[in-house]
Amino acid sequence: MNIPYTVDRREDTGLYNAKLGVWLFLASEVMLFGALFSSYILLRFGADVGTWPRHWLDYKLGAVNTIILIVSSVTNVIAWANLKLGSFSKYRAYQVLTMVCALTFLGIKSTEYYGKFHHFTIICKDGRIADGHIQKAETTADKVVIDGRWAPDMASIMDPPAKFEEQKIEIERKEIVEMHNYGPSRNNFTGLYFTLTGLHVLHIIGGIIVIFAIWGPLNGMWKTDPARYTNRVEVAGLFWSFVDMVWLFIFPTFYLL
Amino acid sequence: MHAETHSHDAHHHEEPGFWQKCIFSTDHKVVGIQYAVTALMFLFAGFSLMLMMRWQLAHPGQPIPFVGKILSHFLGEDMASKEGVMSPDLYNSFGAMHGTIMVFLAIVPLLTGAFGNYVMPLQIGAPDMAFPRLNMMSYMSYFFGGVVMLASFFVPGGAAKSGWTSYSPLATVNDMAHHPNGQTFWLIGMVFLITSSLLGSVNIITTIIQLRAKGLTWMRLPFFVWAQFVTAFLLLLAFPPLEAAGCLQLMDNSFGTSFFLPSGLVISGQKLHVAGGGSPLLWQHLFWFLAHPEVYVLILPAMGIVAEVIANNTRKPLWGYRSLVYASMVLGFLSFVVWAHHMFLTGMGVHIATFFQTTTMMISIPSVIILTALLISLWGGSIRFNTPMLFAVGFLPMFGIGGLTGLPLGFNASDIQLHDSYYVIGHFHYVVAPGTIFAIFAGIYYWYPKATGRMMNEYWGRIHFALSFLFMNLIFMPMFIQGLAGMSRRMYDGGLHYAEQAGVPGLSPFVLSLNKVISYAAFSLAVAQLPFIINFIWSIYYGKKVTSDNPWDATTLEWQTPTPPGHGNFDKEIEVFRGPYEYSVPNHARNFLPQNDPDKAHTPTHEHPVHG
Repeated sequence: MNIPYTVDRREDTGLYNAKLGVWLFLASEVMLFGALFSSYILLRFGADVGTWPRHWLDYKLGAVNTIILIVSSVTNVIAWANLKLGSFSKYRAYQVLTMVCALTFLGIKSTEYYGKFHHFTIICKDGRIADGHIQKAETTADKVVIDGRWAPDMASIMDPPAKFEEQKIEIERKEIVEMHNYGPSRNNFTGLYFTLTGLHVLHIIGGIIVIFAIWGPLNGMWKTDPARYTNRVEVAGLFWSFVDMVWLFIFPTFYLL
Repeated sequence: MHAETHSHDAHHHEEPGFWQKCIFSTDHKVVGIQYAVTALMFLFAGFSLMLMMRWQLAHPGQPIPFVGKILSHFLGEDMASKEGVMSPDLYNSFGAMHGTIMVFLAIVPLLTGAFGNYVMPLQIGAPDMAFPRLNMMSYMSYFFGGVVMLASFFVPGGAAKSGWTSYSPLATVNDMAHHPNGQTFWLIGMVFLITSSLLGSVNIITTIIQLRAKGLTWMRLPFFVWAQFVTAFLLLLAFPPLEAAGCLQLMDNSFGTSFFLPSGLVISGQKLHVAGGGSPLLWQHLFWFLAHPEVYVLILPAMGIVAEVIANNTRKPLWGYRSLVYASMVLGFLSFVVWAHHMFLTGMGVHIATFFQTTTMMISIPSVIILTALLISLWGGSIRFNTPMLFAVGFLPMFGIGGLTGLPLGFNASDIQLHDSYYVIGHFHYVVAPGTIFAIFAGIYYWYPKATGRMMNEYWGRIHFALSFLFMNLIFMPMFIQGLAGMSRRMYDGGLHYAEQAGVPGLSPFVLSLNKVISYAAFSLAVAQLPFIINFIWSIYYGKKVTSDNPWDATTLEWQTPTPPGHGNFDKEIEVFRGPYEYSVPNHARNFLPQNDPDKAHTPTHEHPVHG
């Protein structure tokens, strides 16, 4: 039994099955991320004055990651175009670039995550507020050591100055009233940041797995059924472009606004 | 030479083993039957939970006969006492899981997974679904989601207990002592079910668009296919927001965020140690953005089944086929803009409430068009009252009652009185239980001979219908009375405590006595399903064999296959020449003209063999 239109286009729709399928899937994905961005809007508009942080994320890292993802989308399209022209080796080469970009993106993203989990705000009994990255090596059961600054008030935490003198701060544990890192439970900004970027990272990982599988273990199909193989690359590429596009919304929403 | 060819053939058409044929099959018909059997079992499980709850409502605080001690043994004594008395926590668990199982594991999988998978590709003349392997994965994801849901009964603290709606912050602060708790399992289970529905709906839409047989244009599609098409779009686009909401609630429950937890939340006298700033309303918006289109997922394919059965048994075309199609499309679009009528009591504001009240009234127009078209289709037909037809005709007034009692709930002013009362329960059960489930029964009796090659027993089918019809009404009609009297829907003791409180209007003894009427009607309904269950299994082996591939003399393509259809479905080229319901064509010898019958002139003397 053969299912029609797995490779060829159906005349009246102009599509082969998988292409239609992936567009439908992407429509569903739009609703998924759309719901999360809507949640962002509702929570941000509902937030009390002064409770929504600004400048908590490093927009330079975000911008670099944006460029990397755009480049990966471009190389991905060039790879597919080369395949369409019959050049399997060029496709392989460009797709390596795509995967390298994707892995670089993940590397930068994990550095950012690491920084947020080690970044603490400490409120002391005397009311002073310290803020900085924890120094694991020097922190003991009695005292906490951070590289950071003394903040004049909470407003300065919510919207930190662009430049400040970094100093080493040692605080006795018994002096601490509250100590909280910049992880998801800090507030709704970090919560949404980790949820949305986390879900996006899962999509990136899924995309790499699919692109790699088609590039490597499954590339025997290029010899047996090149048209279908090219379609697979195209369909995976559509998904990859979508993942790229989601980042284009995440970047301004969290890094710039 | 002959032997050699034979062995060569045998090598190629080697019969797949049990595992490949029945468990890891990619054949849409096998997947459809897997869905049907699993979902029917979940239907029974969900019903059983409710029977135990109904015992508690009829006899508050008395041990449940037979099963009470088993519950105590398996779920622990804090869930059910040694004697078998249901605890309030268990009641809440069962309530939440009854809704979850019925909606997500029973009705929707039956309508889209079972009927959508089995019947739709046959009706469009396709050899299979567009993505057979995704189809298998869809079933497996569904099955695994079901296992996670069932497993949640046995985790410390028990299954989810915040209603099938899982409203935050209750869903987060319930069972905070246990991690992971029943709610965590619920959320993870939902992720699997949503994945399953995503794979299924992509498959259904692609199949309908791409794999229609030659000549099967859009306006020649059977209405059932249209219903599946619109439904798949609803599932595709409405479920992801619930997945988003599920992710956010999972973060709230397991990673300490507070998306749905407002600032200053106090639980049992203690301030909750979370960041706050969240919005409980956000959960409700995201949830109902799925759950209202979901209501139409529950009803549209049911209407599709009823349309097929009615056209076949009135022996005339459906009245207003195009109206039906356009109405279902309008219904699909509007279903995305009515969700907040579930939230009139949340204080979201008069202007928003007015908007959603208006859209809610608008959506009743296409619903009424569909129901009216089906009703008028009966007019002047020479109706055959077989079991499928009885259920299909039974569907019409039941859905009518369910739909009309929804209007007072759609109006902001009257909803304030009726919200969260038994009136609401009566309303949506009339839509889904004697409505959709009757349509499902109609579909099972109607397509059973195609799937098995045998008919179900007609006599016991009629008994099944008569008793179900009676008891369904005895269960749900009194609920309207209870609801109007002010009985709240979630009371563990059936309103007894409330009735005895001084200083409140309370509930009259008559209203309380209805609890017993409803409960015993529910137990009777369970007994009334025995003929069906026995008939269903018995007929596989001993039912009357069909003598033709088209035992109901139907016009649509699923009856043009061998019985039961083999892998690849059709053993001949299918080309479609006309619309789906060409019954009683004037000047034609037979009173039905199949869609793929090449006879264009309807010449009365010309006989065509139907079965190849």
